[in-house]
Amino acid sequence: MGKVKANAGPLARRPDNSAFKQQRLPAWSPMLTAQTVLPFFYGMATVCVLLGVWLLVTVQNTHELKVDYTHAGSCDKCFEKRKDRANANQSCNCTVVFNIENTFKGDVFFYYGLINFHQNLRQYMDSRDDGQMIGRNKNLKNPSSYCEPFMKDKNGLPIAPCGAVANSMFNDSFTLVYHSAASRQVVPLFRKGITWYTDKNVKFRNPQVENKTLTLAQVFEGTGQPLYWQKPVYDLDPWDRNNNGFINEDLIVWMREAAFPNFKKLYGVLNRAIEPFTEGLPAGNYSVDISYNFPVEYFQGRKEVVLSTVSWFGGQNNFLPIAYLVTGCLILLLAVILTAVWWKFAL
Amino acid sequence: MNLQQLFFVPSKFLQNEKWMNVRVGDIIKLENNHFVAADILLLSSSEPYGLCYIETAELDGETNLKVRQALTVTSDLGADVAKLADFNGEVICEPPNNKLDKFTGTLYWRDNKYPLDNEKMLLRGCVLRNTDWCFGMVIFAGLQTKLMQNCGRTKFKRTSIDKLMNTLVLWIFGFLVCMGVILAIGNTIWEQKVGRTFSVYLLWDEPIRNNNVVFSGFLTFWSYIIILNTMVPISLYVSVEVIRLGHSYFINWDRKMYYIQKDTPAEARTTTLNEELGQVEFIFSDKTGTLTQNIMVFNKCSINGKSYGDVYDEFGHKVEITERTDCVDFSFNPLSDRKFKFHDSSLVEAIKMEEPSVQEFFRLLSLCHTVMPEEKNEGDLVYQAQSPDEGALVTAARNFGFVFRSRTPETVTLYEMGIAVNYQLLAILDFNNVRKRMSVIVRNPAGHIKLYCKGADTIIFDRLDPSNQVLMNTTSEHLYEFAGEGLRTLALAYKDLDENVLEEWMKRLLNASTVIENREEGLADLYEEIETGLMLLGATAVEDKLQEGVPETIACLTLANIKIWVLTGDKLETAMNIGYSCNMLRDDMNEVFIISGHSVSEVQQQLRLVSSTVDVEKTDEFSEDSVFEETIIAEYALIINGHSLAHALEPELEQVLLETACLCKTVICCRVTPMQKAQVVELVKTNKMAVTLAIGDGANDVSMIKTAHIGVGISGQEGMQAVLASDYSFAQFRYLQRLLLVHGRWSYFRMCNFLFYFFYKNFAFTLVHFWFGFFCGFSAQTVYDQWFITLFNIVYTSLPVLAMGLFDQDVNEANSHRYPSLYRPGQLNLLFNKRQFFLCTLQGMGTSFLLFFIPYGAFCLVVRDDGSHISDQQAFAVIISTSLVIVVSVQIGLDTYYWTAVNHVFVWGSLAVYFAILFAMHSDGLFSILPSHFPFIGTARNCLTQKSVWLVIMLTTVACVMPGLACRLCRSRPRSRTSDSCGGPGAVHADTVARCTMFSSDTLVRLASGLSGHCVKKQCGLVGLCFGGLPMRQDCNYQLGRKKGG
Repeated sequence: MGKVKANAGPLARRPDNSAFKQQRLPAWSPMLTAQTVLPFFYGMATVCVLLGVWLLVTVQNTHELKVDYTHAGSCDKCFEKRKDRANANQSCNCTVVFNIENTFKGDVFFYYGLINFHQNLRQYMDSRDDGQMIGRNKNLKNPSSYCEPFMKDKNGLPIAPCGAVANSMFNDSFTLVYHSAASRQVVPLFRKGITWYTDKNVKFRNPQVENKTLTLAQVFEGTGQPLYWQKPVYDLDPWDRNNNGFINEDLIVWMREAAFPNFKKLYGVLNRAIEPFTEGLPAGNYSVDISYNFPVEYFQGRKEVVLSTVSWFGGQNNFLPIAYLVTGCLILLLAVILTAVWWKFAL
Repeated sequence: MNLQQLFFVPSKFLQNEKWMNVRVGDIIKLENNHFVAADILLLSSSEPYGLCYIETAELDGETNLKVRQALTVTSDLGADVAKLADFNGEVICEPPNNKLDKFTGTLYWRDNKYPLDNEKMLLRGCVLRNTDWCFGMVIFAGLQTKLMQNCGRTKFKRTSIDKLMNTLVLWIFGFLVCMGVILAIGNTIWEQKVGRTFSVYLLWDEPIRNNNVVFSGFLTFWSYIIILNTMVPISLYVSVEVIRLGHSYFINWDRKMYYIQKDTPAEARTTTLNEELGQVEFIFSDKTGTLTQNIMVFNKCSINGKSYGDVYDEFGHKVEITERTDCVDFSFNPLSDRKFKFHDSSLVEAIKMEEPSVQEFFRLLSLCHTVMPEEKNEGDLVYQAQSPDEGALVTAARNFGFVFRSRTPETVTLYEMGIAVNYQLLAILDFNNVRKRMSVIVRNPAGHIKLYCKGADTIIFDRLDPSNQVLMNTTSEHLYEFAGEGLRTLALAYKDLDENVLEEWMKRLLNASTVIENREEGLADLYEEIETGLMLLGATAVEDKLQEGVPETIACLTLANIKIWVLTGDKLETAMNIGYSCNMLRDDMNEVFIISGHSVSEVQQQLRLVSSTVDVEKTDEFSEDSVFEETIIAEYALIINGHSLAHALEPELEQVLLETACLCKTVICCRVTPMQKAQVVELVKTNKMAVTLAIGDGANDVSMIKTAHIGVGISGQEGMQAVLASDYSFAQFRYLQRLLLVHGRWSYFRMCNFLFYFFYKNFAFTLVHFWFGFFCGFSAQTVYDQWFITLFNIVYTSLPVLAMGLFDQDVNEANSHRYPSLYRPGQLNLLFNKRQFFLCTLQGMGTSFLLFFIPYGAFCLVVRDDGSHISDQQAFAVIISTSLVIVVSVQIGLDTYYWTAVNHVFVWGSLAVYFAILFAMHSDGLFSILPSHFPFIGTARNCLTQKSVWLVIMLTTVACVMPGLACRLCRSRPRSRTSDSCGGPGAVHADTVARCTMFSSDTLVRLASGLSGHCVKKQCGLVGLCFGGLPMRQDCNYQLGRKKGG
């Protein structure tokens, strides 16, 4: 208002007659009346119920199988073995058998699941260095202090990848075997392509060096492996050299911390190029050979293997359709009550 | 002010000095039209007899002239500076106090004692008029002056919402601590049961885990205090201030509160009280200059049984007088006052016909008064009247050809139809409150002695000659008519006196006036004796011109259930007249109580009588229904004068006063001092827990304006003290209606909605962390991205709610005026109180619960459609934050009643900005620059492309918003119920009527929107009941009363 007004006449101090200043801005005033709200309620209820039914039908067509192998079958002995930290370096293999009654049609996903493992603790989640994982040489040799106490090993070498998250990486490995009438056939799994594209290509990079001829092991020279790891990071996948280092997909999957203590993480996707898996997983007997490394008894955890197919809205998920149905029904009930009230008092 | 100069006699000569240097005991010279700088004892003046005229408008609001007279001994000093400088009198007086009309002291000078009273004092704040100069000795200066003693202390004003807000913020802090404690205990237990077994992955906490889980809990407590601190809305205070500032600007900008004649816009001088304008329950109004223009106009008269003043058309129908009605031409009279207007030409004809009664009538008016004429140039007459009524009457006489030209103590000179006539003034029988009349005894050039008397009609009629019976009847009919129009009436009468009788009487008068004891009574008896057997001439009717729209404004504000008390320094009669003319007092009122006791017990007795009378009328059947109180006892009025008020305001009586006053519909306090005004306001303010508003225009209103919750100053009149002390100022009383019913109501409504939404939003936002705590081992892990937490309150949600707080209108201004009862919810503090806060907290909690648990249920074990998982913490954060932003945006959409373009831009803009920032924060580029600060790379892309994510967001939104919507609809139900029960059978509780107003806004919105069909029809009855006015409501009450009684 510091501006000197041009019309310094007898009405110099008269306020402007603008819609804004006179609070007469053109406006839309929506009315919340029974006539508008009640149809909306009914409409919403219908939408929710229909969506719920549709989702429910979709979910019914997906399959999921969970096999808890914590101490199932021959894994009992491994479970006992892993109770003692002294045995950490001894390998332990075991097998769990299960049966698939109905064919898993379409893409089948192989997950490992952990129960009661808190990947969502603040101290745990913070204990990582994204700068290191993106392949910055500076961070490789000098990881963030957030990684403490998994920053340097006992020789004083910087740990790569540092931090509690990487340190606790799930290191059981699985071989799924199909026992058909004729033979015992290993189910082929894609062990790559199980991460988000952005993770694999942007968020996780191996350290870049000028000399392209260096092997990964040389790149990581001067770093130590995480305390609980059996292999160094550049040697995680013995079969595929391009799946090593920070871009190892199992590592990437693990590094995406689960929000809740019970979670499952993708291990592999069924390779449908080979018979008899072109249609998915045929019904029959299966077994999983497990290299049982990951100890869970400390925290009363459980480990499981999950086989699942997906629909257009993701894996088998009964919550969403049921939630939609319940919400729809509640809204309908509300709408009916409101209608009754309105009918009784307004008419 | 303090630097104004005045003449100063500290030594032997005059010198200019600043006000600030005035000390007690100094002798100062004042000049015409200057403010008096301190409370001074008048020593001498330019006028004869040491007279001096002052105007006390700044002190008591009266704009007429008052006379002060110096002691004869001191007035002899004249303008002799040397003598004055030698003046060595000693004054012993009362200590400084705030009584404007009392002063007691004694002057010791030259071994004599002289009593001093208020008549010899010039108080600070007065203006010297018609007196070229005067000298005075300073008795009180600075803060000790009566004016300053009457100024209340300035207090910092805060609104009740403000106070509530502070309380609530404290509560939230408490709640925050509770949450922290719960989570800390949770953490302790979790660490004990689960955490220690998990320690293999969290080696560093070994020392804590080994023995001290409590310490871990302690740390967790502080972590959670930090995380949950967004619940305590820091940005709230900033936003509230911005909104208030906006509202203040809207008041400044309002053309409908701009007074074109004086080029004065309304002004919000404070930005902190706006919403309180929507909660006012008591208005304390000054009279002079606030309700009235303080212009008296001679309007009608009745002469010899014939009424003049009305205009009739050719068919004999009364024509309403407007601005355009033709005025009588006074050009025959060169001395006439141009500004005087009269519409009935028959009176001029009568005067031209030289009808004796008419001539006598105006002769009386021009003789019987105490007006001082002032003739600066030839023919340019200005009258200085002690009371504006007299001025109006003398001016009328002047225009009708009986010009009062000059006076000396012994003579009065008139120009009767252009001819100078000298009357010898034999005696003035002056006016006082008991006599209610004044007379003059004059000898005309022909030698006839006449007594002219004017006074209150009842008094005059008692003293008439019996032969006047017929005339008296006609005149009293006219008087009744005039009074009905709110005019101030006086009856006029004369008496021919015999020379001998007068002579004898004059002797007795001389005797009586020299008696020391009971002089007053003696004189009164003498006056009484001679003022008998009067011959009635007629009556005058003077209009005390109200400001434009005052009665309508008062009626409207009364309908809005605002109680208006008039506090005025005026006389009882004047105050009552105004009360009648602005419809606060009506003839159909059951009773008008006048409290005028002179002692505590007397006042107490009178107050008791009032309340018992009212209580008897307020029959038992309604005793429980406090709501009906107002309507049942609507027809009582209480008038209390200054003396009684002083007693009534004493601690033991003030409660009685308050109760009694609140039983009455109209309360008028007259002859009150500025301090008493403030005390009355304070009394109501502290005891009724109600919001008070004081409105006034003069310095005498300053303390009241400062005391009340809201002070309003009428600007444009003389003096700026009131405006400077006020919170709001405008030029006309009628703007008060707009200020309260439109701006105040909107402000309150907006502020309440704003607060409701703001608390809701913050609770919904923050409490998600609480729920997550149960899943993350109470480790103080945040649900959201750090950036989201930072930006949520500032960027994503601040503007839409700000737009709502600035622009929202539930009811447009026209309906705000039309249905004053819409103001009720504000007075009852319904829109935002502790209960509402509780509700919004609850809604916020519910929303946060759904916001957390629906995604939890859906995503705990879900995967993407390509099998990779999205149940990780980052995806979860994105889903919840997106749901949250959408839910609160939908909620603000529902809460906004008035969608201007700004609202649209802000709401949609905020959503757009949210997504833009989300994707930007999760982009490759930012991550590659600062990987540790933007770890959410790609999460938005990977999440928000999933159909299941949108399904969850939609479900969350529906689940969060629907219950609120249903509640909103349900809350609008009871008004229909009220309409039913009022008409039909069934028990009606008192609060249904209250509720019916409470929900009225929705109803009106419906009405205003012009909804089709029977709905409107159905609601109409109710609307009538709720707002349409008293008839319907009384009807309803009447029915209720019968039901209960029978």
